[in-house]
Amino acid sequence: MTHTLILSAILFATGLVTVIIKRNAIMVLIGIELMLNAANLNLIVFSRNNPSLSGQFLALFVIVVAVCEAAVGLAIVLRVYKYYQTSVPDQVHELKD
Amino acid sequence: MNLTEVALYAFEILAGAAALAILFVRNVFHAALLLIVCLTSLAGVFVIYNAEFIAVTQILVYAGGVLVLIIFGVMLSSRITGKPLLVSNQYLLPASFIGVLSTVIFIKLFSQQHFYQHPGAIPGNRISQTGIILMSDYVLPFEIAGILLLIALLGAAVIASSFNPKSNNGK
Repeated sequence: MTHTLILSAILFATGLVTVIIKRNAIMVLIGIELMLNAANLNLIVFSRNNPSLSGQFLALFVIVVAVCEAAVGLAIVLRVYKYYQTSVPDQVHELKD
Repeated sequence: MNLTEVALYAFEILAGAAALAILFVRNVFHAALLLIVCLTSLAGVFVIYNAEFIAVTQILVYAGGVLVLIIFGVMLSSRITGKPLLVSNQYLLPASFIGVLSTVIFIKLFSQQHFYQHPGAIPGNRISQTGIILMSDYVLPFEIAGILLLIALLGAAVIASSFNPKSNNGK
């Protein structure tokens, strides 16, 4: 059990570092997916033999929200690319037309 | 060490290696493929930890949905700018400091605790129990999740479409 928790710690740290260092919005979304899956892994591990299955259901709803976030995020990324022709989130600093 | 433990360690090593490799690749397309390798091996870990339904959902949703979305995003945005998507890095030193620090803190926390676990396995068929609980105790969150997915689908389509209200011809 402890090694799976260590794996989830590594996944979370990797996602966090990916969000910070990559100069591309799609890579930032990939990092967020990694962090959400680290949380999911912990939920599954802790509810391993739980007969009420509550941890598994929380993980299920986390997956649903992660999918919504990815869809809307990628749509926004595409829109921003069309307008600014840039891939760096830091260079997008105004919302005006 | 039986076969289940070997499979668990193999899936975990594969997931960790793929996640670490995302940090070092420069091509966004390769990063998306590595993400799918990581998430699919996590589904294997979920199966071993008695969460078969979540594992199947993970494979369906990530390999079928999110991978296609991310690859669409990569290909459409590289079509707009006309060059392949290569990423450079920024803030390398503070980010690696934060990453190592959070890993050390989490591992220290996890290895010092002794977590309670239910003794024995879950009785009965877990998949059918999952369906029954999802349709009885969790039916309200289930429906709200459906509505959320519908809203996200519509919102993503509206945001990504090239409809411009100022020009009346719709393109």
